[in-house]
Amino acid sequence: INHIVHNGGLYKKPFNEAFEETPMLVAVLTYVGYGVLTLFGYLRDFMRQWKIEKCQNATEREEQKDFVPLYQDFENFYNRNLYMRIRDSWNRPICSVPGAKVDMMERVSHDYNWTFTYTGRVIKDIINMGSYNYLGFAQNTGACQEAASKVLSQYGAGVCSTRQEMGNLDKHEELEKLVARFLGVESAMAYGMGFATNSMNIPALVGKGCLILSDELNHASLVLGARLSGATIRIFKHNNMQSLEKLLKDAIVHGQPRTRRPWKKILILVEGIYSMEGSIVRLPEVIALKKKYKSYLYLDEAHSIGALGPSGRGVVDYFGLNPEDVDVMMGTFTKSFGAAGGYIGGKKELIDYLRTYSHSAAYATSMSPPVVEQIITSVKCIMGEDGTTIGEARVQQLAENTRYFRRRLKEMGFIIYGNEDSPVVPLMLYMPAKIGAFGREMLKRNIGVVVVGFPATPIIESRARFCLSAAHTKEMLDTALKEINEVGDLLQLKYSRRRLVPLLDRPFDETTYEETED
Amino acid sequence: QEKEELIEEWQPEPLVPPVPKDHPALNYNIVSGPPTHIITVNGKECINFASFNFLGLLNNEKVKSAAQASLKKYGVGTCGPRGFYGTFDVHLELEERLAKFMRTEEAIIYSYGFATIASAIPAYSKRGDIVFVDEAACFAIQKGLQASRSNIKLFKHNDMADLERLLKEQETEDQKNPRKARVTRRFIVVEGLYMNTGDICPLPELIKLKYKYKVRIFLEESLSFGVLGPHGRGITEHFGINIDDIDLISANMENSLASIGGFCCGRSFIIDHQRLSGQGYCFSASLPPLLAAAAIEALNIMEDNPDIFQTLRAKCERIHKALQGISGLKVVGESFSPALHLQLKESCGSRENDVKLLKRVVDYCMNSGIALTQARYLEKEEKCLPPPSIRVVITVEQTEQELDKAASLLKEAAQSVLN
Repeated sequence: INHIVHNGGLYKKPFNEAFEETPMLVAVLTYVGYGVLTLFGYLRDFMRQWKIEKCQNATEREEQKDFVPLYQDFENFYNRNLYMRIRDSWNRPICSVPGAKVDMMERVSHDYNWTFTYTGRVIKDIINMGSYNYLGFAQNTGACQEAASKVLSQYGAGVCSTRQEMGNLDKHEELEKLVARFLGVESAMAYGMGFATNSMNIPALVGKGCLILSDELNHASLVLGARLSGATIRIFKHNNMQSLEKLLKDAIVHGQPRTRRPWKKILILVEGIYSMEGSIVRLPEVIALKKKYKSYLYLDEAHSIGALGPSGRGVVDYFGLNPEDVDVMMGTFTKSFGAAGGYIGGKKELIDYLRTYSHSAAYATSMSPPVVEQIITSVKCIMGEDGTTIGEARVQQLAENTRYFRRRLKEMGFIIYGNEDSPVVPLMLYMPAKIGAFGREMLKRNIGVVVVGFPATPIIESRARFCLSAAHTKEMLDTALKEINEVGDLLQLKYSRRRLVPLLDRPFDETTYEETED
Repeated sequence: QEKEELIEEWQPEPLVPPVPKDHPALNYNIVSGPPTHIITVNGKECINFASFNFLGLLNNEKVKSAAQASLKKYGVGTCGPRGFYGTFDVHLELEERLAKFMRTEEAIIYSYGFATIASAIPAYSKRGDIVFVDEAACFAIQKGLQASRSNIKLFKHNDMADLERLLKEQETEDQKNPRKARVTRRFIVVEGLYMNTGDICPLPELIKLKYKYKVRIFLEESLSFGVLGPHGRGITEHFGINIDDIDLISANMENSLASIGGFCCGRSFIIDHQRLSGQGYCFSASLPPLLAAAAIEALNIMEDNPDIFQTLRAKCERIHKALQGISGLKVVGESFSPALHLQLKESCGSRENDVKLLKRVVDYCMNSGIALTQARYLEKEEKCLPPPSIRVVITVEQTEQELDKAASLLKEAAQSVLN
């Protein structure tokens, strides 16, 4: 039974999010598995040290052997012994458009994944369930590609200067106006890299004497930006509004830790869709809290822009809220728009301030013109301004694909995390051996999936993550589902006991916050 | 009840302080059309002396057609980080080519020039390690050091005696606590050609210091890659040093290669570590394939025409000589550096006024057809803020007449504005 949250009318439609508990037996077996691997790891290290086994790592130069060692042996323990065994599930090289079907270069390893050789063959038409191609704009034909091609011949590929010096092209101004219109905010600014957008602008907005409240599962770029800013960071439990409210109350009432002076500002960092969990932020409640406690909200829509909402305008559109309530709307162009880069949207004062004081504007090269053109064309397509209904159709298709895929997987009996409407679908694997096995079995059946383990996820909760796309047709999804069903039976992955934990019962204890100060 | 009152009373600062409308960094120059040799800035056509397009590859037809071919094959974006179906054969090819060109074992590519060195340094240097860095290091290096949480020791710009003093101090510290010294890693971070001052680092002395005090060297070659050395391999070729002596070379591809992104090269022992712990590599989408293809083609051109480096050097020397003796402005930078600074000989008291004065010089030049820009810094964030200056960039495409015209125009501008 799904637990549906309405919360006093803040939500206009049901918010179905579920995280089924790990079955006890599976947890125990997973720990046992890791224990065995660790033991073998120690054994192999011992054998390598005593030269019984050949050491295949790269080593330090002879002349520099008496320098302080660059890496500590223990740091690389996980890398050498666990990661190396299943290394072929990652960094798979492809040689075609990362669309719904992709061609992959075949590679084999003759020494248990220490080195790879390319056989020269290409595996064709693998169904791609790993690329972040939510609206299917990763195409090498069509309006976007033609426009980008024209701009490339006119402007060239690079820019060779920063925004504040001589790198501000008319294309950039056009893009920023368009993005502001798309989001429904006053003004916007675009940057060359999504990761850098976070890590270079959060330090410009907050500094010492400010407080940052960040979600437990925030992305590395948000964490890095928060650390570089020098503000105090406190973490609240994932998507847990009681935890957030408690932190806000305590912060305002008690002030800064030693001096008891009031905080200069409080910034809440959340993401639209969390890519490892597939959960959607509870935006109506966050905005209500933000208004009550007079703090500022920084929303990172890396995965949700274009992927959620009836018109594809992200999580704000999905909940039917006012974009002006979010103080800083940040997002990336890599996922739904098939390009590269990031943006920040908000009030005009905010963007003017960022134009002057953002690290990226002063020191980093501006965006490449053909990439800018791709974004412009795809945004126009989503908004319907290019005169077709392709954009609208794609947004609908993605929503349908999401619902269908999730429903079928749940019916089969897998444990799926996250919100029903999120196109990111994590399927729990738990055991370390199954991580490698799942990836390889699916590849044998011509389906490319992404598997993630420690350290991106907690140690026992490794998972396979499917990213749905508007470019996936129903036949492709059916093929994929059939194969997943087979592999699930083969590897015994159908853990679900169809008992879903109601959301409000998720444990929340008083010792929630950790304070980190640099 | 008290708590409710406290919550009611608390007033936060506004999210951002207001920015005055005439702040110099707020009003960007708008470039319509490609930023190549002839550039249209704010509606006026000028000769471009402000973009770092050293080898003139921004408008090169071969580079553009290689990028077009890649666009037709792969589309624009890669839709994923390197670990999750974002590795294309173009990336692998570019990494191999860069490693072969620089004669190292391996190279790794980042999708953003700033993020290259800012992710490389924290991958190796952690809390408790010691980094000796030059005062004039660029902002990306400073951010990398801040993210690494190591102990930073600044030494005076290009002053080897100062560096040796710091190293000796560290040695005496080590002898007091040998156990800790055995696990504390030490690094020196320097740039080949400094962006903020235009001079070159004394690499042979640094190598001697490296082996004497057992410190590793990280070299940032953004400006010197594709500029120094008979084949453009950078400062190691310029001084004839064995490239294996440098632990890590990092450069961005946004200057000489006229593309976007950056790379690090060195021995596999060192570079391979970044594939799992370089934040800008693991957690960010990979470089769009058309930009990688453009970089490969640019590398091809660099390898096929090694005489462009001589031409560039000759032009730099020429303009360096021509710009000597301007009243009120002094030239800062080596004679073979393609990115020079023109600073005021005497400051008028406050930085703001200096900036305004230089802006008038720049506007005079822009109105007469030479596009220049002031070097932009974030004044509050820099550790050692350089004085305000005008940036002059020399590219291979500028003819001798244009160089002479630029020099004479600057003389005129300085005369009329500063007197």
